[in-house]
Amino acid sequence: MERHILVVLPHPDDESFGIAGTLAMHLNSGTPVTYACLTLGEMGRNMGIPPFATRVTLPQIRKQELEASCRAIGIKDLRMLGFHDKMIEFEDQGLLDANIGALIEELNPSLVITFYPGYSVHPDHDACGAAVVRTIARLPEAKRSKVHCLAFSRDHERAVGRPDIENDVRDFLQHKMASIQAHRSQFQAAELLGRKQYTDKELQERFGTERFWTYRFQ
Amino acid sequence: MQHIHPEDIQSRIDRLKDQDLYIHLEMTTGAYAAHLDSSKHPAATFITNAVIRYSHGSISGNGPYRIGLKAEAGWIYSEGLTHYEESESERLILAGHDSQGKLIVALQLSKEPF
Repeated sequence: MERHILVVLPHPDDESFGIAGTLAMHLNSGTPVTYACLTLGEMGRNMGIPPFATRVTLPQIRKQELEASCRAIGIKDLRMLGFHDKMIEFEDQGLLDANIGALIEELNPSLVITFYPGYSVHPDHDACGAAVVRTIARLPEAKRSKVHCLAFSRDHERAVGRPDIENDVRDFLQHKMASIQAHRSQFQAAELLGRKQYTDKELQERFGTERFWTYRFQ
Repeated sequence: MQHIHPEDIQSRIDRLKDQDLYIHLEMTTGAYAAHLDSSKHPAATFITNAVIRYSHGSISGNGPYRIGLKAEAGWIYSEGLTHYEESESERLILAGHDSQGKLIVALQLSKEPF
């Protein structure tokens, strides 16, 4: 059992598809989870169908969706760090690392979950993962938390191999689907969930396994 | 947001001319464009809270719409606009959404920073 899990991801809804089941599973067994979300996803392109959000109202709407998603998963400690969406790779690295470092210092997590730098498609994902591993790599080896990464770029397995952790989260699909649906402005997008009604079996096949790569520090 | 009514937009453009305004201007294919379809070229650009001033401006086209604003030393142009926020009385909030409802272009003007 983990002592404390710190999740560091850049956008509201990044927690839904890849890790919501894993987090619900750990919370169910009593492990506290802190979710640090770097931005409010204010540059997102999905505005709802028909559009009920605007560029101006999107951050506030996505903040409420993020809070609802955390309630669905069972996360009680949500930290919104206030960085600007799309700009993580250009942000002052010292400031970014100091924010992540302060959370690690405060929480002393046994496990940190983030994106695999270089294999996570969106520049914010890669920059977020890079900041996490950079910050943890600075700690003496004995003080480093384990880091589990999400990866989904094209051909990522050619570079990083098969995931070494596969969690069966079928018992927590209710939490996971509720987390996805909490992001009401986002989840209608066809490539995410679409408007299709899934059978239980299809849901289990599509969403029932979550995969992670343990980051190997040099 | 509502579908654009050109007459309403034109009167809003006229009300905002000849004064310093903060602009948010953006166009984006989305960060996932090439991940979802390798033939796509991902591109995006935005500028937020730059200060501009225009002497006249207008909306044209039959939808999606184009807007051109004549500034002191140049132009501001945006094409592909489909929606606006009718409830905004002081600011002009315009966007273009593609067939999937995703934002592809945005033009916003305000007396206060966004």
